Amino acid sequence: MTDTKTRPLRNLLLAARERLARHGTVLAVSAAACLVLDLSLGGSGLGAAIAIAIIVPIALFLPQKTQGIQPEERREGGGRRMETLLALDLAAAVHDPLIFCDANGDVVHANEAASLAFGSLAPGMPLQLKFRAPEMQNFILRIMEGGAGPFGIDYIERVPVERAYRVSATRISDGSGLFVLLFKDQSEARRIDRMRADFIANASHELRTPLASIAGFIETLRGPARDDAKARDSFLQIMQDQTSRMARLIDDLLSLSRLEVKPYGKPTEKIDLRPVIGGVRDALATLAKDSGVTIELDMPDEPLEVLGHQDELVQVFENLLENACKYGSPGGRVIVSAGKPVEGLERTVTVTDFGPGIPEEHIPRITERFYRVTVEKGRAPKGTGLGLAIVKHILTRHDARLSIRSKIGEGSSFTIHFPAPNHA
Amino acid sequence: MQSQHTIRNFDEELRFLANQIGGMGGYAERMVDEAVSALVSGDTALARKVVLDDAFLDEKEREIGEKAVIIIAKRQPMAADLREILGAIRISGDLERIGDLGKNIAKRVVAITEARQPVRLLRGVSSLTELALTQLKEVLDAYASRSAEKLGLVRDRDEEIDAMYTSLFRELLTYMMEDPRNISACTHLIFCAKNIERIGDHATNIAETVYHIVTGASMPPERPKEDQSHKVVAPVPTELSR
Repeated sequence: MTDTKTRPLRNLLLAARERLARHGTVLAVSAAACLVLDLSLGGSGLGAAIAIAIIVPIALFLPQKTQGIQPEERREGGGRRMETLLALDLAAAVHDPLIFCDANGDVVHANEAASLAFGSLAPGMPLQLKFRAPEMQNFILRIMEGGAGPFGIDYIERVPVERAYRVSATRISDGSGLFVLLFKDQSEARRIDRMRADFIANASHELRTPLASIAGFIETLRGPARDDAKARDSFLQIMQDQTSRMARLIDDLLSLSRLEVKPYGKPTEKIDLRPVIGGVRDALATLAKDSGVTIELDMPDEPLEVLGHQDELVQVFENLLENACKYGSPGGRVIVSAGKPVEGLERTVTVTDFGPGIPEEHIPRITERFYRVTVEKGRAPKGTGLGLAIVKHILTRHDARLSIRSKIGEGSSFTIHFPAPNHA
Repeated sequence: MQSQHTIRNFDEELRFLANQIGGMGGYAERMVDEAVSALVSGDTALARKVVLDDAFLDEKEREIGEKAVIIIAKRQPMAADLREILGAIRISGDLERIGDLGKNIAKRVVAITEARQPVRLLRGVSSLTELALTQLKEVLDAYASRSAEKLGLVRDRDEEIDAMYTSLFRELLTYMMEDPRNISACTHLIFCAKNIERIGDHATNIAETVYHIVTGASMPPERPKEDQSHKVVAPVPTELSR
């Protein structure tokens, strides 16, 4: 607040300094002239000193004229900068994918957001080869045929992750014949719509079975088993298992839906996996104890860095370790091992259990939603059928792969291959 | 296409061929996608549209073939240019077949959706499709960028598709054994799954062609590809297992 009082004075001094710098030579020359004049007229220099003392303050504080001109000059300088501003710098500053193309439909330049979203777009690559959806083809044809634009179109990419864009093309009006294609990400609105539909479909389908069984038990408890204490206990136990499964199912469905709604973007943050995995092991200590399993870590000494989102990676290892504890419990131990990171090569982390193993015919499909390896009769399925689907979804977003090996009677191993974090 | 030819026209002709391939690729991707979503949602109108769409790909393949022959006759191309043209002919053939397979899936939609099928049956088919479409997209992207880097990975994924197909085959077999009323739908579904598996194979073919165009050599031949479904037998129910 004290600032407000001193500001006028400071401004005045600042202006004075600036002017002094600007008119320094003129002042110096006029001072010298005064001195020479005074001395040549036989004075002692006192006259000159007085003259200078008058001129300098006048030069510093009086001339309002130049001050009026100043801002305009500055604006003009800025304008010159706008004109020479490079299109490349401007494109780099735009966060949406932006592509310059010529009238042949060849890429001239693509900004960083574009290469992140669509992979490499080298100059000279025909757009028609990269964006092959029929409506995009027509769109590009329309650009090539000329016409000033602007054109607009919706473009949807289905695999590997669904993305929707609103694409607009505008001709740059400088006679170069170049076009700008701007991609506006619309995925989120679309995904929310789909999520709602999927959630309802999945929830109603998957919750029906446990609900039917609970309804059946209630009927039995009210009817034939009314006075049978032993049956009542076991029925209530089953009902409790079913309701907790339903709760888990809803949790999993929600987290999957949440993941699907999240905007797609390659992670750029470097994460050391060792503390992530260590944290997950600690969090699952109780489950491991209950299942009679010990979790062993075999980590390299140096940081094991990958590009990733911390929370999502935690969930990946949580799900994998939880599965290993649940299904590998007869083996007694679970090993998480990672190789020494080598520069430029992919990072791998393997979760191994020594349980009964997964039959070969199920392996390709266990990452499918709601796919469950059929268990022998009389044993309720332990999982929701979504754990690995979530893992796979997250890994796809990380550009990583999951490979599964299993041998009946010997155990299973789940290996994650992360791309090398070089392009950070 | 890296170096300029003295005759500018020639470059443009090559460009035209490549762009036609891009258009065909997009069309084929769309057809397969729509055929399977028609199958999953039981949308017979969409299925009929896909069946009609196939004519476009046939037409395009013919067009590319003719154009290629004319270029070869007129320009007598060598080395990279020749590879480029031959590649275009081969890829257009593969894409046309992919369109046929998509059309075949669309044709079966009516028969399959006649009786409402359990969602479980269709889930496998749609995730198999996702794998095959990702594969197709990757090879066409590789063709667009003329890079042979990721092509090895594409081949790995083909094994995944084969394994998944075998598993699906087994599952459908079990459904048929459970209830004979499932037989007609499941048989059609097996054909659909097989078609999708074939699409994966065509994508692998395209990968090999792209590799040839880019490097001039043929892809290293280790290809232990084959689905295992010919070995699958239905387990015979015995008294013991009851």
